Amino acid sequence: MAITEDAPPGATERAPARHPSDQGDRRLSSPLVLTLVLLLAVLAQSPIRGALGTPLMQSWMTVFVAVTVQALPFLVLGVLLSAAIAVFVPPAFFARALPQRPALAVPVAGIAGAVLPGCECASVPVAGALVRRGVTPAAALAFLLSAPAINPIVLTATAVAFPGRPEMVLARFLASLLVACAMGWLWQRLGRTDWLRPPAHGAHEGATKGEAFWNSVRHDTMHAGGFLVLGAMAAATLKAATPAAWLRTAADNPLVSVLALAVLAVLLSICSEADAFVAASLTQFSLTAKLVFLVVGPMIDLKLFAMQAGTFGRGFALRFAPATFVLAVVGAVLTGTVLL
Amino acid sequence: MFLLGAALLHAGATDLYLRYVKAGLQPLLLASGAVLIAAALATAWYERKRTRAAKAASASASASGTGAGHTHPEPRISWLLLLPLLSLILIAPPALGSYSALRAGTALQKPYALGTLPAGDPVPLSVVDYASRAAYGQGRSLHGRSVRVTGFLALDRTGTPYLVRMALNCCAADAQPVKIALAGKLPPVLQPDAWLEVTGTYSPKATHDPVNGGPIPYLSVTSAKPVPTPHDPYDETWNN
Repeated sequence: MAITEDAPPGATERAPARHPSDQGDRRLSSPLVLTLVLLLAVLAQSPIRGALGTPLMQSWMTVFVAVTVQALPFLVLGVLLSAAIAVFVPPAFFARALPQRPALAVPVAGIAGAVLPGCECASVPVAGALVRRGVTPAAALAFLLSAPAINPIVLTATAVAFPGRPEMVLARFLASLLVACAMGWLWQRLGRTDWLRPPAHGAHEGATKGEAFWNSVRHDTMHAGGFLVLGAMAAATLKAATPAAWLRTAADNPLVSVLALAVLAVLLSICSEADAFVAASLTQFSLTAKLVFLVVGPMIDLKLFAMQAGTFGRGFALRFAPATFVLAVVGAVLTGTVLL
Repeated sequence: MFLLGAALLHAGATDLYLRYVKAGLQPLLLASGAVLIAAALATAWYERKRTRAAKAASASASASGTGAGHTHPEPRISWLLLLPLLSLILIAPPALGSYSALRAGTALQKPYALGTLPAGDPVPLSVVDYASRAAYGQGRSLHGRSVRVTGFLALDRTGTPYLVRMALNCCAADAQPVKIALAGKLPPVLQPDAWLEVTGTYSPKATHDPVNGGPIPYLSVTSAKPVPTPHDPYDETWNN
């Protein structure tokens, strides 16, 4: 596949003529390689098993598979939604539904995030489809950030995880919404469209709606799925390899504890529906530090970063992620000092 | 892609999925597996239609440049999807065991209220249930009755045996152990990760988890017998 990727340097007049046969080769080779890999894996099964027998590798594999298996249904949900948006919803709909002024569209989109019941894996493809459909990037980004954090499922889980502390739910809702809107406005002020590189697909002229829909589903699943796997690998490595004892030393200093939990939220890449329970179990940390964990986690983590890089381009993700991280920490700390 | 959907369906239809995610996700897993298979079939169907159309078009000799940009080959990153697929099909990694349990602190939380004991003698209790009754109710709600608890064994560096159950909220990535320290009559050979059904009584002794300082109650064991790994290796009492 890598060989056919680059066009031959001397391709001039003949290139267009050669293209169809190139395409044919590629289509042929991809299933072929797949079969070969599968065969090899079956043959090499026992040595692979032996190498993976140590407890460290085993728990790595379990976490890795678990993150992937858990996120795939949500990814598929998001992909279906985004394909539906891309194919069946006319662009004019969004122009009418959202306020004309981008500054107003941002909070509206942020609150609209509350209706997407899923975790963060679903929101990335949906936000990608929104951008492609002509929604102001600032509004789509606000949606991307707020959807995983403030939907009813996540808020209920938070309430269950922190019994007797309803202010935690309120703080999480407010802080996440605040940060999402702030990021949207920041993007509107400083963002440049050339940082965004939405994948150039969606222009399926002549294709039936059904074909376009399934094409979009397939493409997004393969694409975002690959990045999801990358993120899951990183998260599994950290989960299996970092000693939890480090956290104890970090909990003593309030400043360090906030930063430590923020970094932990990024590294662990826990699904936003579950992170409240993990936060609740970090008993030695202050409530504000836990709030930081809950606000940062759904907005930016390793898995999300990889998926954003895949959907919007690496240049975008490299700028967007650190800004989100800083803003999320600041927003959560502010909300925490006021409310908790 | 078809394979991925099939693997998801397989994992969802058998109990394999319980090793990784909570039981509530099963319908979602099955649905997404079905969607993936449908997408794969649809792709194959349209591909066939297109190649037929392309043959007809090339016979009449026209525009090759526009047609070339039309199909996108899968991005190279999607090959990574093979990794979880292979590990799911070929290796099917086991549920988290004592290694992860000892690296994380006990996740015991103060319960809302301690319910009444279930009937039976010895009383069947989950690890979480016994631990919260013992640690937060000073064992009063146990009324001195003997209890039966099932979990897997973990031995820390000093050799103290713990009976552990991983509690999970969503998937194995957020699984956290709840531990009970064992004292009393124990089998002579303790194998980490072996599942045990322990019968015993409340012991007022308690200790603190070296990892996060959480409470770990003791259970004085009167008898223990090995059992097979349960249907669902995780404790899901915290999922509502």
